[in-house]
Parts: sequence; C-alpha cells; structure tokens
Amino acid sequence: MSILGTRVIRTEDPRLLTSGGVYVDDVREPLLEGAVRATFVRSTVAHALITGIDTSAALDAPGVLAVLTVADMTDLPAPPPAAEPSPDEPPSEGPVPLGGKWQEPLLAVDRVRFVGEPVAIVLTDSTYQGEDAAELVSVDYEILPAVPSIAAALTDKTLLYPDAGTNVCVRGGGDLSDDSIFDGCEVIVEGDIVNQRVAALPMEGRSTAAVWRDGKLTVWASTQNAQLSRLILTAVGLPPDAIRVVAPDVGGGFGAKIGVDRESILIAWAAKHTGRPVRWVETRNENLMCMTQGRGQVHHIKLGGDREGHIKAYRLDVVQDSGAYSRMGGFLPMLTNLMAPGVYDIPAVQAAYKAVVTNGTPIAAYRGAGRPEAAATIERVVDWYAAEAGVDPVVVRKLNFIQPEQFPFVTKTHAPYDSGDYEGALDKVLAAAGYDELRAEQKRRIEAGETRLLGIGLASYVEITAADGGAGETAKVEVHDDGTATVYTGSSSHGQGHHTAFAMIVTQELGIPMDKVEVIHGDTDLIPDGVGTYASRSLQLGGSAVHKAAIEVKDEAAKKAAELFEAAEADVVLDTETGTWHIAGDPDKSLSWSQVAAAADAGLIVANVRFTADRPTFPFGSQLSLAEVDVETGKVTLLRHVTADDAGPVLNPLLFEGQRHGGIAQGAAQALVEEILYDEDGNPLTATLMDYGAITAAELPSFELLTSETPTTVNPLGVKGIGEAGTIGATPAVHNAVVDAVAHLGVRHIDMPLTPERVWTAIQKASAK
Amino acid sequence: MKVSLTVNGKEITADVEDRLLLVHFLRDVADLTATNIGCETTSCGACTVLLDGESVKSCTVLAAQAAGSSVTTLEGLASDSGEMHPVQKAFHEEHGLQCGYCTPGMVMAITSLLKENPSPTEADIRRGLEGNICRCTGYHNIVKAALAAAASSREGASK
Repeated sequence: MSILGTRVIRTEDPRLLTSGGVYVDDVREPLLEGAVRATFVRSTVAHALITGIDTSAALDAPGVLAVLTVADMTDLPAPPPAAEPSPDEPPSEGPVPLGGKWQEPLLAVDRVRFVGEPVAIVLTDSTYQGEDAAELVSVDYEILPAVPSIAAALTDKTLLYPDAGTNVCVRGGGDLSDDSIFDGCEVIVEGDIVNQRVAALPMEGRSTAAVWRDGKLTVWASTQNAQLSRLILTAVGLPPDAIRVVAPDVGGGFGAKIGVDRESILIAWAAKHTGRPVRWVETRNENLMCMTQGRGQVHHIKLGGDREGHIKAYRLDVVQDSGAYSRMGGFLPMLTNLMAPGVYDIPAVQAAYKAVVTNGTPIAAYRGAGRPEAAATIERVVDWYAAEAGVDPVVVRKLNFIQPEQFPFVTKTHAPYDSGDYEGALDKVLAAAGYDELRAEQKRRIEAGETRLLGIGLASYVEITAADGGAGETAKVEVHDDGTATVYTGSSSHGQGHHTAFAMIVTQELGIPMDKVEVIHGDTDLIPDGVGTYASRSLQLGGSAVHKAAIEVKDEAAKKAAELFEAAEADVVLDTETGTWHIAGDPDKSLSWSQVAAAADAGLIVANVRFTADRPTFPFGSQLSLAEVDVETGKVTLLRHVTADDAGPVLNPLLFEGQRHGGIAQGAAQALVEEILYDEDGNPLTATLMDYGAITAAELPSFELLTSETPTTVNPLGVKGIGEAGTIGATPAVHNAVVDAVAHLGVRHIDMPLTPERVWTAIQKASAK
Repeated sequence: MKVSLTVNGKEITADVEDRLLLVHFLRDVADLTATNIGCETTSCGACTVLLDGESVKSCTVLAAQAAGSSVTTLEGLASDSGEMHPVQKAFHEEHGLQCGYCTPGMVMAITSLLKENPSPTEADIRRGLEGNICRCTGYHNIVKAALAAAASSREGASK
C-alpha cells in the first residue's frame, strides 16, 4: 500500500507539544553564551530630516554596552552600485529591491521615511535595560509633510526621494488607452476597488542572533530561507562561505520572512563590530510597524459583456503602495496583472500597473503576493456585472469559464495555465453547500422582513505557484549502513510539515520506515545551496527534488545489491513494503538497506540533486461563503465556508487540509476585520494587537472542504502548491457573501474590511437614495 | 526583590527586578522556553500558563504577583512517565498545530477551559479561545482537537 495520500500525523509534533519549539529566542547554543540584547531606536515620525542624534544619556544608563548609529558604520563596505534602469528600459520585474535613487539604507542616514525606521541600536545586558536606554536616545527631526496614502503619493506634491522627481517608482504592463475593446458591450461596469494594506502577522515576529568568532559569522534567523539570508548578509562585508545561517524553528512567515530585513543585517554587523554575541527579538509593536506588510493596492476596473452574461472585455489598472522602500520593485502588481482575468476566457484584456512610495511600512510578499489582489477584484467585478445584467452569478461564471478541453491555455495576459476544471470545482461546492436551498432561505428571510439576512458569496480562483520553478530546489538523500536515511533539503519548514511530507516520499520510494528517516533543513553549513519556502513551492519543487534524489539512491543501491547477489542489476528488485532487496522471483534471498549501504564506499549511499521545473503550476478551486448580516447593526457572522480545491494528487490530506484552513482564515480576515491604518501624518493607528483586528476562533466557523485531484505534468509527483490557495479564494468569497446579503437594499459594493460600521453605513447610504 | 514560586512542581527562588514579568521569570530565570511571547498587550495568548490551576497570560502577571503560587507550563503537562496530556495528544492526532508558536499557550488555555467545562460545544470552545491567536491553522483543527480532548478526558474519567 502506498503511504502517499494517507493521513500521516506529523513527526514534528511531539517535540513542539512537550518541550516547545526552539525559536531564535530559545536557542541556547554555547556560542551565544553572554549574548547582549539589541533594542532598536526607531523613528517616531513618518517623514523627516534627521538633524542630530544624541546618545550620551543612553550611554550612561545601566547595562549599556554600546549605542550604534550610522556614524559607527565605518567598517562596512559601500553597497554595490545598483544598476539604474535607463528611462526607456522597464525596471526589473523580479522580486528585488529597487536600488539607485530608491536605495534603502541599513540605519537611517539623514532622513526617515516611515514610523519605525531604524535610527540607532542599543546593546545592553538585558531586555528591560535596552528598552529603558532606547528611550534616552534623543533624535532631532525636521519634520517634512507626510505622504500617508496612494492618493497623496500620486499628487507628487511631497516627494520621498527628491532626486527621483516623482513618487512613482515602477510602471509596467500594457496600454489601457484603447477603449474600442468595449465596443458593442451591452452591459458595462466600472469603478474602483481597494485591496487594503494588511499585516502578515506571524505569531513569532522577526528575530536574529549573531556571533562573530574566529573569522566566521554565525547567524540564527527567523527566516523562510537560510540560503537567501546568507546572501543578503554578505552586506556586512563577508563572502558567503564566511557566514553560516541557521533557521531554527520558525514561528510562521507568510511571505514576510523571505530572506532577512535590514534589522538582521544590522544585528550581524553589530556582533562583528563589537565582538559580542548579539540577540534581537522584536516586540509585536515593532512587528506591526516594521515587518513588511501585504496587499495595499487600488484598482480601477472596467468590464463589459452582453445581456446574457458573456464577458467581452476587461481592463485592470493597478496602483501598488510600496511603502517607504520598494523592497520588491514591480513584482507584486506585475503578478496581479498576470492573473487579472482569473478563471475566465475573456476575449480582450488590458492590464497595467504602477507602484508608488508612501510614508508607510514597506510592502512585500504576503500569502498570495499579488495574486489574491487579482482574484479579489475579478471575482467582485463578475458579481457587479452579474447584478447589472440580471443574471445569476453562477450562470455568469459558468458561461465564461475556461473549459477543461482548452488546456493548456494561455490567457490574454500571457499566463500559461497547465490544467484545470473550473466548472467541476464550482459544481462540487454548489452541491455540497445546497446552493438552491440557500437561495430559497435567503429569499424567505427577506420576504419575512427578518433583520438577519443571508448572503451567498462565490469565488472561483486560479493561481500561479512555484512561479520561479527554474530556480528549482535542492535535496540530498543519504542511506547509512545502520539502515537509516537522512534528507537534506533546501526547502525550509516554518509550520508546513516538510519533515513529515519529505519523509513520506523517501518511505514510498525506498521502503525505509518513516521513523528511520531524518529530515534536515535550514543550516547553510549542511545545505549551502537551497532556495527555500515561498510561492507554494515546497512540495512541487522541494518534494520533487527529494523524490529525484531517492530514485538516484535506489538506482545506486541496485548496483550494490546486484554485486552482493552476484546477479544482473536488472534482476534486482526493491520490495518497498519491507524495505528489502531481492532477486526477482526469489523472495527467500534478501538484503536489508544496512547490508546494501555497508557495501558502498564509507557505508553510505548518497544522491545530491537539484530539481527544476520549466513552467509554473496553476492550482484552482471554488469557494462558497455563507454570511449572515444583521441589517440593524451591520454585524457580519460567517455561518459556513465550503471549498473545493484542486492542487493535483494529495500527498497527505492532513497537511493539505491544514494549509487550506489557515489560508481560508487569513483570506476571511482580510475581508472582514484586518486593515493597517495610518493617520494623515503617517502615524500608524494599528501598531498593537489591541488595535489591529487579527481574526480569532470566535469569528470563524469550521470549514467544509472538498477535494479534486487534477495532476500536472510539470513535476513527477503531479502536484501543485496549496499554501496560498485558501487565502486567494476566501477573500472574494466572503466579500461577495456580505455584499450579497444587502444587495437587495441597493448596496453595490463595500470596500474591505467589512466591519459593522462600514456595512451599516453602506446600508444607510443606499436606503437614503 | 526575592520571589519564590513553584514551577512544574519545582520550587524556584530568585532575586528579581520588581517589574519582572512572570513570562520572563519562566523563560530567563527558570529557563523554560516553551512559553512564548506573542505581543505585549495581553491580546494573543501565546504566553498562557496555569497559575494555581487557572489559565493566565504570563505577560500580564508580575513574577512578584505569582510569588507563593504554583505555575504549570507546557513542559509540566505530560505525566511523570512522559505520557502526553489528552490535550497534547489531541493536538498531535488532529493536526492542531503548524508552526508551533501559539501551541503552548493554546494547549494551556484549552486545558484550563476543559477543566471548567468538561463538555463544551464548538461554540463554547471558539468563545473560550477568543484570547488566543493562531495564524497558521485557521483554528479549525484546534477546535477539533479541543473537542477530541474533551471526549477522551470524559472517557478516561468514566473508566
């Protein structure tokens, strides 16, 4: 029996459940003995020139070892000159920071651009001393007008980078001027949709510990990829092989821990500069002000079609808020453009984007990274169009879906979809939810004059995973002469269950039981080459690499077994049920893995591989959300959430479902409660969990999950990514459900988050018309 | 000031700052690092421990306030023979954890909740966990684990 596809409970858990994980703050390595605490002095204003920094009072405070400012950074190499794109050349669309005029410093030099920007570092014996001393560092600011929003940035009245002459840091996409694509459309909908800024909010914030000893820098970082972090840390002026990065247990990432931020580079530098081990663990307040945030787009859209529900043309104009520093260039809105038409075969699509800088926290990847924004808008706009045309939203979706026989399908925005059955997924969800009954109950409540009304929201999504399949992932599989196996993966677990999933693949291929398979990740001394975990890439690239390495190990072992049996290699077989080698047709003679490995050089059979994919994969699904809205108060209660998701063959249903649950919750959270806010001076209004409405158990129902498995040919496991799909589908499904509940009152749209205040206000405005 | 408290059955006495929080006492003085810190505002529940059997957020209790009391952390929940507590077991079996950071607080909060209400409904559990934030699981399997732990504890008690 195959172990793949079965509900194997996680091998990671017993340790996490009994002694707790070992996160950066828990690391008790001898090297970190006597580590000092780092506390950042952060800008208290959104936009200002720094006219002076006085550290004298802080230096006199108890327990203070050093107070470091930019003036102390004389031992750092100058940053390499960033390639400046020429005016006629589009900027890089990769997920890389913009350099040149838009360069982000490590510590503020003479200017700050967001509240929370690091200005100085205080090193103390204890955490409490650090907080006291940081208060004593006096920074003089000459306040500049703030640019707290996309709208303010677009006016270019105040510039964050005067040398650049504009706040627009990137432009891309196609031409939006040709309005003839809407010629002949009988129904046209047009308007703006805000995809608000939200926090990634991993439960463990950012943290770093660093030691400089005997010419080697060792860094423990809470990161989604140790190897990329090592490259980034070369900014301290060391070559990669003088740096070891360890990712211990990592308490969630959601895209905001891809690599490391400037703070981690500063901690590494501080350790090297002072010769003392240094540890930094951010507070939640710092986390909500300074960890990169997600979304932050405004869309202007236009969509047209006929009266029956056939969509003819779609235009999407995206403005991305990059925050104070452009950490990803045009990458996020470029993905939003790419995925603009979603699951629909739309004959004409126009999409373009620009990104602006504002005096807010930098925005980067957050679960979905550019794709949720595309899905949220097209799924909302399809409902606008359905309402305007007077056609059921199910009918509109079905009339326009890309059909199974059309795959592989290239959209008008050049997305090469691999496989899909969008109507199949929608039908599954409608049947499981009882769509017709729900519509009948919705109608009954309205007619009975009830005040708690039902809304039914649909979202059919497709998304792109492992977009950088060409970078691939590494794996090394070793079988030892004691019969155990060790897997070294360049992928990086921070909750997904890599250790269980990758061990299952080895067990499947080699027949070595799971309790004899150890999986190791996140240590650049052991795994110098690796890519890491983001973009829902771990199983399809990292898992495929483990699969490939296991097969190479098996091939090598077959040669050894043949020698030992004195048989032809072709006659040697591995029984994966028992993990023993045989000669075909002669089950009595057998060799164990330890016997075969013992015959190899150094008692070890090893394969070291990189798996690459030439194309990304496109998982898809449908979600239905049932919301109850109290029209007297605007309060929304999510009653049910039903999804049918398809990411190809499921390796472990337990892990697959867990990823979907978490994704749905984060997607629903954006629709209902979460939003990062600034006042007009750029002060953050949501910098603690008292103010930021992180979604809780009390606001969510249990989820109803259905699965289908349409394999891809892009990798040998046939799998696509599932890490982000839940989020991508849930936001529009919940959003559509809430608006649907009040649509009969004349409400066409409410921007997220759908707080009671917003819902109530929308109802009042509509009824006043 | 000198404080003395019993942590997981072991008495610990230390000279500490007046302002030392219980969570820092547990992590830095007792060197028990399972209890995590997720916020500074009593919002997230990652630091939940049992103080004389009742769940508290240890970031909002001074070590001095806990003097003379008995504290149980995740490390002290399994039996002396090392067998996992029903709540720990249920978390494992129902995939109630992913990154593991909120888990110690969740497990302690549910342990306390089930002591107060051995037969909770799903709604009771969801309301009871309002002060514990998880960012990975969407709470689905945490709620399932709590219900399973309640059922297995009742079964264990009726044996």
